[in-house]
Amino acid sequence: MKKSARYFVTLTCLLAATTVAEDIVVHGAIIHTMAGATIRDGVVLIRGGKIESVGEAASVKIPAGWRVLKAKVVTPGLIDAHTVVGFSGILNQPQDQEQLEKSAPLQPDLRAIDAYNGRDPLVEYVRSFGVTTLHTGHGPGALISGQTMIVKTYPPNLDLALINPAAMTAATLGSGAKAEKDKAPGTASKAVAMFRAELIKAEDYVAKGKKSDIEKRPARDLRLEVLARALDGEQRLLITVHRHQDVIAALRLAAEFKLRIVLDGVSDAPLVLDEIKKSGFPVFLHPTMYRANNETENLSIETASKLRNAGIPFALQSGFENYVPKTRIVLFEAAIAAANGLSQSDALAAITIDAAKLLGIQQRTGSLEIGKDADLALYDGDPFEYTTHCTGVVVSGVVTDVQPH
Amino acid sequence: MLLPSMIRFRPAFLAFLAAVFGGAVLAPAQETPLALIGAQLICVSGETHEEGVLVVHRGKIIIVGPRGTALPAGATTRDVRGQIIMPGLVDTHSHIGSPAGGDQSAPIQPDTRVLDAVDVRDASIQKAQAGGLTTANIMPGSGHLISGQTLYVKLRDGNTIDDLLITDKAGRVAGGLKMANGTNSRKDPPFPGTRAKSAALVREKFIAAREYREKIVRAKGDVDKLPPRDLALEILVEVLERQRVVHHHTHRHDDILTVLRLQKEFGFRVVLHHVSDAWKVSEEIAAANVPCSIILLDSPGGKLEARDVDWKNGVALEKAGVPVGFHTDDPVTDSRLFLRSAAFAVRAGMSRAGALRALTLTGAEMLDLQARIGSLEVGKDADFILLSGDPFSVYTHVLETYVDGVKVFDREKEKDRRWSTGGYGAGNPRAAHLCCFGTWEEAR
Repeated sequence: MKKSARYFVTLTCLLAATTVAEDIVVHGAIIHTMAGATIRDGVVLIRGGKIESVGEAASVKIPAGWRVLKAKVVTPGLIDAHTVVGFSGILNQPQDQEQLEKSAPLQPDLRAIDAYNGRDPLVEYVRSFGVTTLHTGHGPGALISGQTMIVKTYPPNLDLALINPAAMTAATLGSGAKAEKDKAPGTASKAVAMFRAELIKAEDYVAKGKKSDIEKRPARDLRLEVLARALDGEQRLLITVHRHQDVIAALRLAAEFKLRIVLDGVSDAPLVLDEIKKSGFPVFLHPTMYRANNETENLSIETASKLRNAGIPFALQSGFENYVPKTRIVLFEAAIAAANGLSQSDALAAITIDAAKLLGIQQRTGSLEIGKDADLALYDGDPFEYTTHCTGVVVSGVVTDVQPH
Repeated sequence: MLLPSMIRFRPAFLAFLAAVFGGAVLAPAQETPLALIGAQLICVSGETHEEGVLVVHRGKIIIVGPRGTALPAGATTRDVRGQIIMPGLVDTHSHIGSPAGGDQSAPIQPDTRVLDAVDVRDASIQKAQAGGLTTANIMPGSGHLISGQTLYVKLRDGNTIDDLLITDKAGRVAGGLKMANGTNSRKDPPFPGTRAKSAALVREKFIAAREYREKIVRAKGDVDKLPPRDLALEILVEVLERQRVVHHHTHRHDDILTVLRLQKEFGFRVVLHHVSDAWKVSEEIAAANVPCSIILLDSPGGKLEARDVDWKNGVALEKAGVPVGFHTDDPVTDSRLFLRSAAFAVRAGMSRAGALRALTLTGAEMLDLQARIGSLEVGKDADFILLSGDPFSVYTHVLETYVDGVKVFDREKEKDRRWSTGGYGAGNPRAAHLCCFGTWEEAR
């Protein structure tokens, strides 16, 4: 056998060995399906990577010979609504930081799929607490930093783990958008002006692209192509903003260009609840334990409950950290929200089914329902308690973690 | 030894002491005894009382006992059934008040004092009170081999830093010395470029301090024979005399052993801080009989030398017999969530009793303050907190914080509550300052 062929066979076998979905029975004293009532003494049957049935143990026929996992509490696999895991690597050194390219302020053409490292230790780390899906990619810190994607935390092979290769386009307004000194944008106003100019360019690009005379159509432009997808609503803009005036600026921008946006971060959300509610746009709220300084100085650990009470759709996220912790764990962010005004079920929804809906992946994951991907997290107690351990994780029907963490 | 007292009683230092004492304003504690009745009392040094009685008077604890313990005449009583009272938390490593010690001019600056740089109006101090902290070791950063003198403070409501100081009977302001090795203190000259160079520079300086001390001893009090006063060396002399504890930032296993080697050579007292790789060398740390103040982070990494930091450090050190304390390293972790750090150590296998002691009495021991604070004992300072539930539950809130018998945080009061939850006006308009990345914003 030729050397290259041998490698190919080996590789194929390895992939097969690590990605095979088993037939599994997950037995839970409490199962939070996030689709209807909590089940006591229930089971989830998993076959071919999908959920085959969910119900009370007494009412579900359990096939013989299937692998059995038991836990006190079972939840859907957790979804981190916005992170940079896989991009901002554990070492925090230039060679493992892919979340921000600083050479230009507007780079919507940067694709997330071209930089994701599914083997960064932080991917496995967050998974070990029950996180099975990441909305990750280019981070905040540039006017438009690039695109994001949605990926499972297993397997490390991107092609096998990918759910959506181009989920959103990541943008930042406010002082977070400022470029290095003497470069534009240097102010919040300049950031908006540049954003508007670029969107107008994209509108023009779209209009010219429709001309019947092929000679009059513009040359292909990767940047404007992506913004065109924002203009027609196909690819939403994820706009990171913290100060109340910047939130309003983002809403103004969305209204002017009829954009579909997600407000990200939003430390000052409690100051502009009515405006956010009226816009109809969802919020990916800053990590509950995010540091309060500069733009984020007014953040509150009670904001999630205020969004809930105002009827604003939201999800929780681990966000981006430039130092330590190199990533937060979205489970812990939800836990602190649950301890500070949000109900336990709403907190769990914010990292499962609500996050799935806001990311447009609710057909695949986010709840324990027949036909959905078998993404589950197992715990030996209340998942939010500090001293509870995650005792098992299943991603797409593969048991990835069984060591208590 | 004679020497430190000789230094202490130089006229300049006396003037300094006078300034400190002249400026110190003790907040009023209760003139009538305050009795808190019915809470579970986690005393740390003694048994836990399920429905106990705690009485404080004039800033001190005067009674700790089980239900039915007789109260002093005229005591104000409060029914606090359903709550938990434990000693105020001791943070052995914090940067609240955003102080900087040494500047970028040199890697060794023991002459700089955090005392001269703490902003007592910084929101981080109120937030620490909201987290149940009553004592903190405020440190300069880790971007130097020796970045300056640390300051042990009581988190009283202060108008100036003098109101927060802790002084001994001789009037000495309590504090240690911050040192660091590993990568934070490595940079362009005059800073060291390698680990070996870092150790060499430190050894050179301590040897100079030894010689300085010997010159002073040989002078036998003769002013003409005394060496010129050296602010840096006289602090290192205090360290050599074991009067000032070294608080040593260190992460990697080999850096930890380097600290132990230096400690052996110079005989100083040291607390290891962070100690990311502690679980790899816990036996060596135990053999050196050196305590560790550890940090628990939501995730490892952030830099190469902290790649392997693990929650199991608590249990690994506890099993090896090493005294363990915790720290926030605020703003690295949030003082309001200090209990959470201990809870994660318990999650990874540390005993509950060990984790409770680490938060309080063991921390106090690391600051030489165990005679005054760290447990609910008669005669100790009335530093304690009221909790809504189990100290290690996420759903528990710090309800009240007392320092020297004075309530400095009350969650029932809207103004105080905001320090606990955050919200408009509760933040810092400035970025937090870090050792080696500049501000958070610059680091990005």
